[in-house]
Amino acid sequence: MRFILLLFFCITGVANVNGSTPAEVPDTMAERVKACTICHSAEDKVGRDAYYPRIAGKPQGYLFNQMRNFRDGRRYYPPMAILLENMSDEYLLEIAQYFSSLQLPYPDPERIQMQPEEIKLAEHLIYSGYPERDIPACSACHGDVLMGVEPAIPGLIGLPRAYITAQLGGWRNGGIMRGGKPDCMSAIAKQLTEDEVNAVAKWLANQSASGKPSSFDVLSSELIDRCSRTILENGGAE
Amino acid sequence: MKRLAIIPRVSWWKNITLLWMCVILQAMAAEITASEPEYSDEVSYGAYLTRIGNCMGCHTAKGGVPFTGGRRLSTSFGVFITPNLTPDKETGIGRWTQQDFWQALHQGKSRDGRLLYPAFPYTEYTKVTRQDTDAIFAYLQSLAPVPQSNPPHDIFFPYNSQSLLAVWRALYFKEGIYEPDQSKNQTWNRGAYLVQGLGHCNACHTTRNILGASQDEALMGGQIMGMNWYAPSLSSHLEAGSGDWEIDEIVALLTTGVTKRAMASGPMATVVRQSLQYLSQEDALAMATYLKSLTENETGKLPGVQFSVMSGSLRKHLDLGGQLYQEYCQACHGADGKGAPGIYPALAGNRGVIMDSPLNTIRSVLNGGYPPTTADNPRPYGMPPFQQILRNEEVALVVSYIRNAWGNRASLVRALDVDRSKGGND
Ligand code: HEC
Ligand code: HEC
Ligand code: HEC
Ligand code: HEC
Ligand code: HEC
Repeated sequence: MRFILLLFFCITGVANVNGSTPAEVPDTMAERVKACTICHSAEDKVGRDAYYPRIAGKPQGYLFNQMRNFRDGRRYYPPMAILLENMSDEYLLEIAQYFSSLQLPYPDPERIQMQPEEIKLAEHLIYSGYPERDIPACSACHGDVLMGVEPAIPGLIGLPRAYITAQLGGWRNGGIMRGGKPDCMSAIAKQLTEDEVNAVAKWLANQSASGKPSSFDVLSSELIDRCSRTILENGGAE
Repeated sequence: MKRLAIIPRVSWWKNITLLWMCVILQAMAAEITASEPEYSDEVSYGAYLTRIGNCMGCHTAKGGVPFTGGRRLSTSFGVFITPNLTPDKETGIGRWTQQDFWQALHQGKSRDGRLLYPAFPYTEYTKVTRQDTDAIFAYLQSLAPVPQSNPPHDIFFPYNSQSLLAVWRALYFKEGIYEPDQSKNQTWNRGAYLVQGLGHCNACHTTRNILGASQDEALMGGQIMGMNWYAPSLSSHLEAGSGDWEIDEIVALLTTGVTKRAMASGPMATVVRQSLQYLSQEDALAMATYLKSLTENETGKLPGVQFSVMSGSLRKHLDLGGQLYQEYCQACHGADGKGAPGIYPALAGNRGVIMDSPLNTIRSVLNGGYPPTTADNPRPYGMPPFQQILRNEEVALVVSYIRNAWGNRASLVRALDVDRSKGGND
């Protein structure tokens, strides 16, 4: 009891010395990334300048790659580049681990009206692809349940339609989106027609998330080769 | 449902995740060993000096191969594109001799005699000794040659003329290595040599006149060309002079960017990350000694504007800012503005906040930021950007408030000032 009293005294004593200063800053990652969570909160969020995607629970290698892309000018969004500018790879990796480990509930799926033909088109692309046009099934890389593949391929469920359309659009018109050199995903996006992009984006946004990212061994060697720059070779960095 | 053939060669592929992590760790290890200053020979001494001169910072494009150039430096005279410094014979400096290199750093002339633009800070590097310049050259020549041609500069008329450059040089460029001041000790002289020469602090910390010349050598402070940041004067008690700081604290600011009274932000954070964090203990001490001496004898009024009495309407105006502060800032910087030492900077008494120019403070609020990751501060805490949350008027209110709370006194800021502070990040 005396010990507890003493402890109490110490705590209030410290609080007094510091006045109204935040007495103790938590030594946690959550505190360190407050600069990020102002935009990347638990849910997707439409900000005044852009759509802020969810990053919680995405594969760590994928998040790490994207953070380096923003920092090193291969993906373009200046407000984030400024924050990341003076961070080491080591710290970026730790931040990626942190966000990847967060288990937050996914948002409810959107309810977008789709014609039966559209649904057929989307499902064919997603589960079968068009080998003759060099388009593998999306699920071959993004996992059976489309929740991504560790460590560097993101899931496709739980993303809103507008974001999916914007990312595929970025690759298709080959802006500075994610790199000077094209990678597997940009090659695939370039093959897609506008109708296909719209159908896939709607269909994906309508699914509810369930399951976890698959492990790396579901990928075929051919697909690994195809994406090696992104998923093997140090994230496509120079 | 047809799927592509999946060949699960489990044992091998499972290791991929591990392999991937190894690649990263190796890359990091390489970075760490490259940074260890150890001068067993001329090349490693040259590597150290090259860090302190931060040649890599300018001569590397974002995400590019180190020293291959291609970085774009936007100025009001046009865009400069840095050249390749690797020893490639066609596109780099592979054919250069020691003498050619000396001529570039000391006299600001290229190998073929072309006058170089002072966007390359040879105006400061001229103070570097021949021996040190040779060591830098030896290090650069030891790098792997990388062929990379970079696009030409894109400089506006009439600044693209060599004869105008010749006139400019006659007016503003003084060639010559650093002359030690015999009345000062060795540590002080070493600090002065580094600050005025290789450290090229003057390249930013000085007022630039219309022709881009530093107006004097006194580290006067000035808005950096094309960057939209204000580099405060290091020789003024009213700005970033450190006459009343302990030497240890100045050393900490230089090598980590973080102290209880101030944090390096924006371009200064980048300088700390790329260059100053690698200073040897002796050199950091020397720089700090010299910087402290610049304002040691300065006594004067406290920085800022003095309001004799605060009018009622002024107080009301500041109260609005105070409400915003409570909502958005207080959790980190504290109700008393004292922050948390080494984590969140104090705003009360922060010389950067009460400085005459509100530019940096406005930019901090708009952009947020993290101090650099360094050996001593590998996991810094950050400040969120508020550009996408607060309107210009609100930013003006909250900045006016922190410039006048807790005993701070400085001029008020208008929404127009906030608008003018945007842009210029590239
Ligand atoms: C001002 C709001 C804002 C802040 C602050 C911010 N981000 Fe972002 N972030 C965005 C936006 C917008 C995008 C999407 C950009 C695009 O479309 O390419 C994004 C994308 C990302 C992505 C890629 C997501 C994906 O699925 O491809 C990662 C990872 C990320 N941010 C991490 C961070 C981290 C870490 C921080 C803090 C250091 C941070 N962000 C701070 C707005 C923000
Ligand atoms: C060959 C493997 C592969 C295939 C097949 C593939 N993807 Fe991808 N996809 C990737 C990789 C790798 C990334 C991560 C890219 C990066 O790191 O920038 C990605 C990223 C994405 C993203 C960005 C997600 C985010 O969070 O920002 C979307 C959207 C996407 N893919 C959609 C699709 C669709 C739709 C298909 C089917 C038409 C498909 N992908 C087929 C490998 C593939
Ligand atoms: C603030 C940016 C900056 C820094 C720091 C910098 N340089 Fe440069 N450097 C330039 C620019 C810009 C040019 C091109 C000037 C021109 O073409 O007139 C240049 C040109 C040169 C040249 C001449 C190349 C040629 O082909 O003529 C050499 C040599 C050089 N730099 C070496 C160095 C060394 C060594 C360091 C470090 C001690 C260094 N630079 C630091 C910006 C910088
Ligand atoms: C690329 C431009 C640039 C160069 C080069 C540069 N600085 Fe700075 N410096 C700035 C800017 C901008 C600020 C204001 C931002 C801040 O307060 O951190 C600053 C701030 C400072 C401060 C005050 C920090 C504070 O928060 O009170 C000190 C001290 C300083 N610099 C010292 C140096 C020294 C010493 C050198 C040379 C070794 C140097 N700087 C080189 C741009 C530069
Ligand atoms: C999540 C914590 C956090 C919040 C909230 C926050 N800040 Fe900061 N602030 C920081 C950190 C960390 C730094 C150092 C950033 C750097 O070095 O770039 C900082 C730096 C600053 C600086 C520059 C100080 C210097 O010495 O260079 C100013 C000014 C500032 N903050 C004002 C504000 C204002 C005004 C608000 C509210 C609108 C605010 N901050 C909200 C954490 C925070």
